[in-house]
Amino acid sequence: MLSRRIIPCLDVRDGRVVKGVRFRNHIDMGDIVELALRYRDQGADELVFYDIGASPEGRSVDHAWIERVARLIDIPFCVAGGIADVETARRVLHAGADKISVNTPALQRPALVAELADAFGVQCVVVGIDSIRETDGQWRVRSHTGDPAKMRAPALRTLDWIAEVQSLGAGEIVLNCMDSDGVRRGYDIAQLRQAREACRVPLVASGGAGDMLHFAEAFEQADVDGALAASVFHAGVIAIPELKRFLRQRGIEVRNA
Amino acid sequence: MNRNGRVRVVVVDAGGANLGSVCYALERHRVEPQVIADAAGLEGAERVILPGVGAAPEAMRRLRAQGLVEPLRALQVPLLGICLGMQLLYERSEEGGVECLGLLPGTVRRLESAPGIRIPHMGWNTLQRMRSSSLLDGVPEGASAYFVHGYAAPVTADTVAASDHGGLFAAVVQQGRRCGAQFHPERSATTGARILRNFLEMDF
Repeated sequence: MLSRRIIPCLDVRDGRVVKGVRFRNHIDMGDIVELALRYRDQGADELVFYDIGASPEGRSVDHAWIERVARLIDIPFCVAGGIADVETARRVLHAGADKISVNTPALQRPALVAELADAFGVQCVVVGIDSIRETDGQWRVRSHTGDPAKMRAPALRTLDWIAEVQSLGAGEIVLNCMDSDGVRRGYDIAQLRQAREACRVPLVASGGAGDMLHFAEAFEQADVDGALAASVFHAGVIAIPELKRFLRQRGIEVRNA
Repeated sequence: MNRNGRVRVVVVDAGGANLGSVCYALERHRVEPQVIADAAGLEGAERVILPGVGAAPEAMRRLRAQGLVEPLRALQVPLLGICLGMQLLYERSEEGGVECLGLLPGTVRRLESAPGIRIPHMGWNTLQRMRSSSLLDGVPEGASAYFVHGYAAPVTADTVAASDHGGLFAAVVQQGRRCGAQFHPERSATTGARILRNFLEMDF
């Protein structure tokens, strides 16, 4: 049976892992490879590296660290950040990444998703979506979220974007619910449930994990395929082996590492 | 054997994006693989690995352009297809309706989505043993491996282990020297490492 995935997310800036609260005030969390190996040993099912400086600064990810990670770890990992064309994606994949995730560049040019799917197959193509609830009660996407000063609101409903990227060739969707990001009060179950209904490819929840129960809620109530978290893992609030024991006891299928 | 007394492994470059990861996994086993893109590169190989990420029609087109189709069909040393590389071992793939290498009988078919069954099949799934093979030596019953694919081969007499995603499909196959893994051993932690090691060290 297919397991639900626990996915630590490492936000990368200038070659270091950082984490902010509600996308602001980034603090240093440690060396990329050191953290990657630690999570692999703890039983993480997959890793995501977001180069959060890439899109706002108008540059693509630096590839040296991708190869360093790929040589050492033997679990899958996904790289995001400033991948805006097929050639850049190819370099990231050839450096050893298993998947690439696009967010801002896909909003700027949706055809990118189709080009990536044609070149590498849908299984390599993850679309990351940053979503926020606006005053009219609708969830809408945000772009350029790596830098609050440069963030933009392209007037696009999150659920419409989820449908569009799937038709273009997204093989997986990571939905980052910005209202709950970094504040550890739980995943945005209401939004994730709506996204789940609109999503026939794997869906990964992101933003809001604060305790082990939050993971169980996302799997049980929103039927997501994976749950991504950063600060609770980096700060040692939740240990992955303990989290997996907790989920297993509740009857949720997780991998024995 | 090469100078270090280690098995000489070649990895076929069929345009798959996971080529680097497969090579790194071999290096973790202290094997320095040679990446080859033509028939001459197969000479002297003791193990051949055919990785693949992408679509079957492109991969077959590329193998044909490199003059590798007939040499792979005639190969006399152990061959391991990984992911798309395993699918290419079969007669045909529904993906683009393409003729493949025909080293194993059967047609690779599209996985069907259903309630709770998402396509592509992405993540860790358990291996269910179907028959004995040294490929699975040391791999505990119920071990998990990492899959990412939208097409799969049917369970046949060649199936060593199956996995379930809306129905059973072939996860590990072997027919003599022809082996395959639908998952990514290079990204399947200790389970994958053990299966790669078995392939490198097995008597065929």
